[in-house]
Amino acid sequence: MLPIEILSTIFLAGGAFFMIAGTAGLYKFPDFYTRLHATGKCDTMGQVLIIFGCMIYEGWSYITIKLLLVSAFYLLAGPAGTHALMKAGYVTGIKPWKKGDQRN
Amino acid sequence: MIIPFLVTGILIGCTILACSYRAMIGPGTFNRIVAANVIGTKAIVLLVVVGFIFERPQFLDIAIMYAAISFIGTIIIAKYAERGELCSP
Repeated sequence: MLPIEILSTIFLAGGAFFMIAGTAGLYKFPDFYTRLHATGKCDTMGQVLIIFGCMIYEGWSYITIKLLLVSAFYLLAGPAGTHALMKAGYVTGIKPWKKGDQRN
Repeated sequence: MIIPFLVTGILIGCTILACSYRAMIGPGTFNRIVAANVIGTKAIVLLVVVGFIFERPQFLDIAIMYAAISFIGTIIIAKYAERGELCSP
């Protein structure tokens, strides 16, 4: 393999790790706010690492510009959606989980 | 050099299936919305990776459109769940 392919594979593996970690957090965490914290990692780190690995593999072409467009837009849009969901849950009246409460 | 993209695509597909469990079972409305939001994010990344597996750059245009649609859908669902209406008179 070329060195640039090895570098691309490393970035793809890092992004897949963050995706799996976000899914495990969606399963194991006890309430709404902590689950939202876990899935925010998928929105930023997993997406950016996987698309950056594809950009390194592709080299300089117009496909790189499109990939940069997708990644930069969702890097702004994902945390904004997460914050809107958190505020909607807080206004609606969901209590945060404390130690000793029941997990739901 | 198709093997790393193939493995990444299969892993993302498995995590989408795992998230759909929370979207079906999860208690209350907001847990389901969180699961649907993260499924949208993973679908964007899966579209990009599938475009590299089949070597067809047209999938990137679909990924751009799906990113915009997913963001607007999340914002509208959050607003509706917060206020109970979409536009106040």
